[in-house]
Amino acid sequence: MFAFLEQFASLVVTQWLGLELSTRLGGALHFFIYDTLKIFILLAVIIYAVAVIRSWFPPEKTKRILSHEREYIGNVMAALLGIVTPFCSCTAVPLFIGFVESGVPLGVTFSFLISSPMVNEVALIMLWGMFGWRIALIYVGTGLMVAIVAGIVIGRLRMERHVQDYVWEMQVGSAEIPEQNWPQRCTYAYDYTVGLLRKIWPYVIVGIGIGAFIHGYVPQDFLARWAGRDNPLAVPVAVALGVPLYSNAAGVIPIVQALTAKGMAIGTVLAFMMAVTALSLPEAVILSNVLKKPLLATFFGTVAAAIVIVGYLFNAIL
Amino acid sequence: MKIEVLGTGCAKCTTLYDNVKAALAELGRDAEVVKVQDIPTIMKYGVMSTPALVVDGQVKFAGKAPGVAELKGLL
Repeated sequence: MFAFLEQFASLVVTQWLGLELSTRLGGALHFFIYDTLKIFILLAVIIYAVAVIRSWFPPEKTKRILSHEREYIGNVMAALLGIVTPFCSCTAVPLFIGFVESGVPLGVTFSFLISSPMVNEVALIMLWGMFGWRIALIYVGTGLMVAIVAGIVIGRLRMERHVQDYVWEMQVGSAEIPEQNWPQRCTYAYDYTVGLLRKIWPYVIVGIGIGAFIHGYVPQDFLARWAGRDNPLAVPVAVALGVPLYSNAAGVIPIVQALTAKGMAIGTVLAFMMAVTALSLPEAVILSNVLKKPLLATFFGTVAAAIVIVGYLFNAIL
Repeated sequence: MKIEVLGTGCAKCTTLYDNVKAALAELGRDAEVVKVQDIPTIMKYGVMSTPALVVDGQVKFAGKAPGVAELKGLL
């Protein structure tokens, strides 16, 4: 599918720049040109397609579907709907209030809040482009599992009283938001794609650049000792490192891919990626508007624990 | 006509506000445009994704900031 890009990258490096592909610089440049082109084509096409699909799943509709669901089925539905419902941490507060006020159980709400940012199209495209579709699918599957299980656990802990009191007193209307027509869906998707690409392109380029450097210059098996599967501390450390890297999934994945080639274990990679997308300090600050400290800490703790388990699991079986 | 732009202060909310102003100017209409930033009022409309546009109490859309051309058709 991307053979022509491979050829184009070889052409640029060997013919235009006069470098051998077997040299370090040539190899790194080839990697950089090929991956940058491939990732941007994938990003543009898939973000657009996902945005069109998303226009059928506004959160107001997702809320209506989930308000009729109980535990278990509700958690599964919430995690699945989290994939297609657009999410931005800036709207997490109205979203949370709208969900719990309309009777969506707390645990089900959390399944949604976990899956929505974690199983997002940018992380998926980057994983697919850099690691192949198998790893991308494993990421979706385990991401959904983490969202479902963590949501059920939080629901079982009966922490409703740790939601900020004003949330329960709020009056929530049920305005009918008109369905969009096709031209509106397409403009929305176009604007969304351009806006997102404009935001992430520097991270992608820098990430691929650093990845290319690592590919060309860092010795093989450099990381096997620290981040290989035999070091039990690698997974929790990777999760802790992932938290402050929020929103840079696009830039982080190429670096991680290069590190994998130097001996980082794949379970550690998955855990790291999940921590980058699902746990973030800005989101914690925003959610503290609706959650009291014990619930906020439980949310972070449960998700972090689930992610660490995923990491160990895949280090053991892959 | 009363126009409300709902949003908690994100970048897109400001874009929508400016675009609404521009659309009204192009249509040559004079209307009151208010920024609604407090959560209780936003929730009263049942809107969960911002920015959203409310015209005379009717929610026109939520979760996007369309360009001036599309807004002219809605105002």
